[in-house]
Amino acid sequence: MAKRIDVSGLTAYYSSHKAIEDISMTVEPRSVTAFIGPSGCGKSTFLRTLNRMHEVTPGGRVEGKVLLDDEDLYGSHVDPVAVRRTVGMVFQRPNPFPTMSIFDNVAAGLRLNGSYKKSELNDVVEKSLKGANLWNEVKDRLNKPGSGLSGGQQQRLCIARAIAVEPQVLLMDEPCSALDPISTLAIEDLIGELKERFTIVIVTHNMQQAARVSDRTAFFNLAAVGQPGKLIEIDETERIFSNPSVQATEDYISGRFG
Amino acid sequence: MSHATVPVKRPDSLSAARLPRWSPWAIAIGSVAAGCAIGLGAGLDSRIQWGLIAALLFVGVTYALGAKVEGRRQAKDRVATSLVWVAFILAVIPLASLVYETVARGIKVLDVYFLTHSMGFVTSYEPGGGIYHAILGTLEQVGLATLISVPIGLLTAIYLVEYGRGKLAKAVTFFVDVMTGIPSIVAGLFILSFWILILGFGYSGFAGSMALSILMIPVVVRSTEEMLKLVPNELREASLALGVPKWRTILKVVLPTSIGGITTGVMLAVARIAGETAPVLLLVFGNPLINGNPFSGPQASLPLYIYDQYAKSGGSQAAYDRAWAAALVLIAFIMILNLVARGIARWKAPKSGR
Repeated sequence: MAKRIDVSGLTAYYSSHKAIEDISMTVEPRSVTAFIGPSGCGKSTFLRTLNRMHEVTPGGRVEGKVLLDDEDLYGSHVDPVAVRRTVGMVFQRPNPFPTMSIFDNVAAGLRLNGSYKKSELNDVVEKSLKGANLWNEVKDRLNKPGSGLSGGQQQRLCIARAIAVEPQVLLMDEPCSALDPISTLAIEDLIGELKERFTIVIVTHNMQQAARVSDRTAFFNLAAVGQPGKLIEIDETERIFSNPSVQATEDYISGRFG
Repeated sequence: MSHATVPVKRPDSLSAARLPRWSPWAIAIGSVAAGCAIGLGAGLDSRIQWGLIAALLFVGVTYALGAKVEGRRQAKDRVATSLVWVAFILAVIPLASLVYETVARGIKVLDVYFLTHSMGFVTSYEPGGGIYHAILGTLEQVGLATLISVPIGLLTAIYLVEYGRGKLAKAVTFFVDVMTGIPSIVAGLFILSFWILILGFGYSGFAGSMALSILMIPVVVRSTEEMLKLVPNELREASLALGVPKWRTILKVVLPTSIGGITTGVMLAVARIAGETAPVLLLVFGNPLINGNPFSGPQASLPLYIYDQYAKSGGSQAAYDRAWAAALVLIAFIMILNLVARGIARWKAPKSGR
């Protein structure tokens, strides 16, 4: 069920501005791949091209190929809605739907895509909340609004919502940057569990986090402000943090710039 | 690196002399008294002049006292505050006096009989009669106009916010802005020439509704647009990222999040057209009898009824009383609509409780 992602020659634009240029990489199934790099280097943009969310931004377009187990996401007959059902996403800031209860938030992905029996939904919601390590905290107040939870709980609610639709790949865009260390730890543990079932790609500014959770790490950089971001290298996390093959990576990781 | 030192203005002490808390009230009462005294003494007839003198004195004395006791910065702050108060009172006086006058004069003939009978066999000179036919007409015309305008306005706003890019969206926005400025009489004349003179339909409540919806659509579009823009983009993205199609995202996430504000906007638009007279005068024509069918034959409506009682009664006191009572009913109707709108907005607002 988890799928491999093969990116080749991917370039993304915002109108005429080239945000990332000629990126090629492979993301292994059932593993965590972390993207690190300075702000503005296109990590998030690249992440959003992996489930066709980039084109939601006005003026956003993409050239190149993203193969999901040999199927090109940007092929002419591909439905972006179907892509997003296969490749789920968790955002930087927790964004539960404010009009919905905790239950409805988790069930939203299913309910908005078709009709399900209440008993089926019950099972999915319980399973997803347990998967997101949130069940014990919210099981007595499933009908309360999701916006009443704390920030860390809201973020886990968003993860539960994303995994409820059983995606093959889970993209996470700095999922812990708005959270305190304890909530961060909870989510990092969760990522470790989720990688048994999903292919996970995570963008992070926190290098310790990348070192802790990921199997492989990709370093992005840009030559100068206004220049497109590029993939500098991708390798086993251990190698990137101990013995990277590019000088710029070592400089960034050791804090000499960026 | 050397630092150029700039002399810093710093007060010697953190506390300074302050005017007492009651001083604004004292100054206000003093200014009003002085304003009346000056007005009386100088023999000014107009109470408005008295009030203006009092207001000027209030602002001036506030500044002078503030500057003397507290210093110039605090004095400026006090002047700004006092100007806001003066502006507030100036704005409230006409509103309060209008409500007072309408209630005082309208309450005389306002009773159940008045609300449940028409002007059927009452000539406009004699007392009696009622506004049932006018209430019915207003409800039907405004209801029909709402039925026409809300779907069109809502869909236009959704197009502009969620889909509209490029020239078409700009053109639509421009024409909506232009429509906002259309005088109501012009909307009435347009329907009159198109519906009644060219197509040959007769006067009817529906003709009035069409003209009213011309006035209502731009208001609905504008307010709905603003409300939809307030919905955070993150929610749309969250829904899209779950693989929900765009139209369902709009229907199930964007609209429910903004429904409170949209309802308020629609209710305010309804309140605005409920008091429109000009198009009703041209198209609905007026009718002393009860006509429950808005699609055929002349109807009455509250604004039109008020105008008729005032203008076509030859100065009879009974007619004037009826006009005031109808005005009171109209104001009450609009006020109730506003309250309902606020209630719905509060009820539907996204909840954050634990």
